Amino acid sequence: MSPTGAVAHSRLADLVGSARVIADPAQLASYEIDGTRPSAALQPESSLQISEIIKFAITEKLGVVATGGRTKLNVGLPPKRYDLALDMSSLNKIVAYDPGDLTLSVEAGLRLSVLDDTLGKHHQFLPLAVPYHPQTTLGGIIASGVDGPLRQFYGTARDFLLGVEFVTGEGVAAKSGGRVVKNVTGYDIHKLMIGALGTLGLITRLNFKTFPLPPTSCGFVGRFPTAQQACDMRNRIARSHLTPLTLDILSPSVTEIFESQTAAQFESEPMPSDVLSRTEWATSVGFAGSERVRERYLLELQRIAEESGGAGSLVPEKTLPAAFARKREFVPIALASSPATTIVRMSALPAKISDMLIAAQKAAEVNSLRWAALARGLGIIYFALLPSALDDGSKQRVVNTTDSVHEACAKLGGQSTIPWCPTTWKSNLKVWGPENPDFPQMRKIKNVFDPQGILSPGRFVGGL
Amino acid sequence: MKPALLRDLKSLLGDASVLHRPEELLLYEYDGSVEIARPTCVVFPRTTAHVQRIMQLANQYETPIIGRGAGTGLSGGALARNGGILTVFSRMNRILDIDIENQRATVQPGVVNSDLSAAVAHAGLHFAPDPSSQKACSIGGNVSENSGGPHTLAYGVTTNHTLALEAVLPTGELVRIGSPALDPVGYDLMGLFVGSEGTLALVTEITVKLTRLPETIKTLLAIFETLDDATETVVDITARGITPAACEMLDGWTLCAVEAYVHAGFPLDCAAVLLLEVDGVKEAAEQHAEDVAEICRKHHAREVRVARDEQERDLLWKGRKNAFGAVGRLSPTYYVQDGVIPRTKLPATLRHINEIGKKYGFQIGNIFHAGDGNLHPLILFDARDSDQFRRVVAASDEIIKFCIEMGGSITGEHGVGMEKDRLMPLLFTDAELDVMRCVRDAFNPRGILNPDKIFPTSKGCGEIHVRPLPQSRATTGLTAT
Repeated sequence: MSPTGAVAHSRLADLVGSARVIADPAQLASYEIDGTRPSAALQPESSLQISEIIKFAITEKLGVVATGGRTKLNVGLPPKRYDLALDMSSLNKIVAYDPGDLTLSVEAGLRLSVLDDTLGKHHQFLPLAVPYHPQTTLGGIIASGVDGPLRQFYGTARDFLLGVEFVTGEGVAAKSGGRVVKNVTGYDIHKLMIGALGTLGLITRLNFKTFPLPPTSCGFVGRFPTAQQACDMRNRIARSHLTPLTLDILSPSVTEIFESQTAAQFESEPMPSDVLSRTEWATSVGFAGSERVRERYLLELQRIAEESGGAGSLVPEKTLPAAFARKREFVPIALASSPATTIVRMSALPAKISDMLIAAQKAAEVNSLRWAALARGLGIIYFALLPSALDDGSKQRVVNTTDSVHEACAKLGGQSTIPWCPTTWKSNLKVWGPENPDFPQMRKIKNVFDPQGILSPGRFVGGL
Repeated sequence: MKPALLRDLKSLLGDASVLHRPEELLLYEYDGSVEIARPTCVVFPRTTAHVQRIMQLANQYETPIIGRGAGTGLSGGALARNGGILTVFSRMNRILDIDIENQRATVQPGVVNSDLSAAVAHAGLHFAPDPSSQKACSIGGNVSENSGGPHTLAYGVTTNHTLALEAVLPTGELVRIGSPALDPVGYDLMGLFVGSEGTLALVTEITVKLTRLPETIKTLLAIFETLDDATETVVDITARGITPAACEMLDGWTLCAVEAYVHAGFPLDCAAVLLLEVDGVKEAAEQHAEDVAEICRKHHAREVRVARDEQERDLLWKGRKNAFGAVGRLSPTYYVQDGVIPRTKLPATLRHINEIGKKYGFQIGNIFHAGDGNLHPLILFDARDSDQFRRVVAASDEIIKFCIEMGGSITGEHGVGMEKDRLMPLLFTDAELDVMRCVRDAFNPRGILNPDKIFPTSKGCGEIHVRPLPQSRATTGLTAT
């Protein structure tokens, strides 16, 4: 945009008002993606303005990325072009909330933590429990496709996102779905927007189904000498009649980073010291219900933990929020724990979690890398490599490790990506995993929504 | 029909797997809706390779091709609207793999919904989507329509339980999308394909999640003197933090029709009943059943019955699951609607539906998934009378328009198909429909697969496209649910 910069800025000021155009380099630094700073950040107030901006971007061939809490901008490949940041923070209203109907409509720039307060007054919530909880926006949660520990019981946003309004890469304001909890009218385009990193459309409004807050909840942790035993506890729970709210497996090394000062940046309450052990694997289970129900869970979980060859105990009620927050914030805590944290996200069939963990552990240890793993009981594994430095030697060891992990994961019938790693290593790492057989179908979809390739260009699978 | 196409199809599948004589095609003119459309021919593939080859022939001969499962659909989705090759999956009905440990199953599209649940019951599992037609409908059809059912309130609809597909695209290309593990990398192709009403691909293999059967199920029937009391009960149950597994409502008139058929001891003089189910571990289900009963009584339920055993539970459900059949006994035809409203708008909507019934001179029975506000008004009429047909469509449109005014939608689980395509502009702008059309065209570029569905054709919005049933075939509209 530089040659025609001044003209472009004045045109942008016409579109959104000069007070809503950020061009000051210092301010723009916080919009950087993988080291690329946009020429301007705009703060639109309506989808109409966004349509106009997109039409302008098409004529000027500008790359556009929507931003929310700016907590996950480095996920994916570096953008091929990044001229305009569309800062959605002014679109932050709750448009409609009908507690009796369990439906909610919000603008994309609304923060989840702000929404929690409103829903909480009606004893309801959105069971997202995603990382970066204080800052993250609903639009960012959907566009990045992050998950959280509550998916064990409630599923992911895909299961309770009812509809989306968005602006396409051609500047068309459109919607899909609706604001009723059951609906099969038209294609589920809103599902395509989940995890698409803004490559298909700029999300302006989101409709969700809300849920009643669970009654008194409890935490239980089973501790085991081996990963297999921790996974065995997971398998036994899956075969039981228990339906826990959360079920995660944590490696012994997670204890260290959870108890560190680094973790305290994300959750100020200290980690209860006797919940996790630095030498044992943990299977962490959250559940809720009346006193009778909680007693039943406790008895059964204790029995299951023993049958799996370990021991377990309740997390003291007082320290439960601090422990839960760390589990939710595993990704940012891991990222802050090393100058070159690289996180591989793997999917596995539930019965293969143990094999996957062992294969990844082996790969990290062969390459002398520190690591920490958190696996959701449904088969999503976050495997964090924690090199001590951001140097070439570390890079090579991380490349070797992640290549082995990708290979092992594919062999076990799963898929793997590297959502988080140092920017400078991205050209050496398979950020989106091995070649994806679905790619030709994905390209068809990209061409429908963004034929000019101006939305988050290049950040997605295969450089879409 | 083109003789060369017939010859090629017969040489691929054998004479017995290709129907083309008018008398053979009669059955395939129908589904569970009131729509009719005669296919050019009907074919029964047995393998994925057959499906792929049939798709190629459809392209070669420029003939529309339409997929069909058991034909229980309620929006004409599996009818050959303007002729074409109706590809029926009833012979691709094998369960290919059951993985108990990982709670997954892979099936061919013709597998009957309840057969899969029966096949995994020994391991304490089931396939959760349970449309009322589950003893007949196919999982391929469920995937195409994103089917729901009474238990979707807690368990979700088909899209929440479908993980991977093998499918033949309209171009003839064979693709595998999704993954048996969660969160496949890239765009959510599964989310797009499930519920695309057979317009993007013919599905040849489906991998689904299996769900553990609950330890304890408690089924309750609560009888109310007013609709408002019943509705407030529904809202209050959630306010107390309870998500029932099912929450169904029948109005008083429908209940009388049901009682005359199933003799389950339902009252004949109430305004509405709620059929409620709570499940989970024993302690939770028992507690929730007590809480729900108390909430019903608080909202002036005249009586709350709790099923004491499996037999009593079946009897309570028999009323709900046979409701369509019970109504079918009273009228030569009925038109079932599928509107959705925010559930707090139930009383106002039902009052309006009754007024519409009076205005057009039709009896309307109401059965609905009250927990999620999905209505199924049944309008009783005689399809042999073309004037009645015209009026029933007009009455139905008024109901749907009211649902939209209430903030709702035109279909909760039956699909748009060829029944509600003309109503789509009530919900979506031209630009929005164009975005969806472009998605369709990206996969179905020649429009050869299931044409003239979902999207409004040249007819303007609100224009009626009635084709009255000929006298001799009037009663076949009774096959529904």
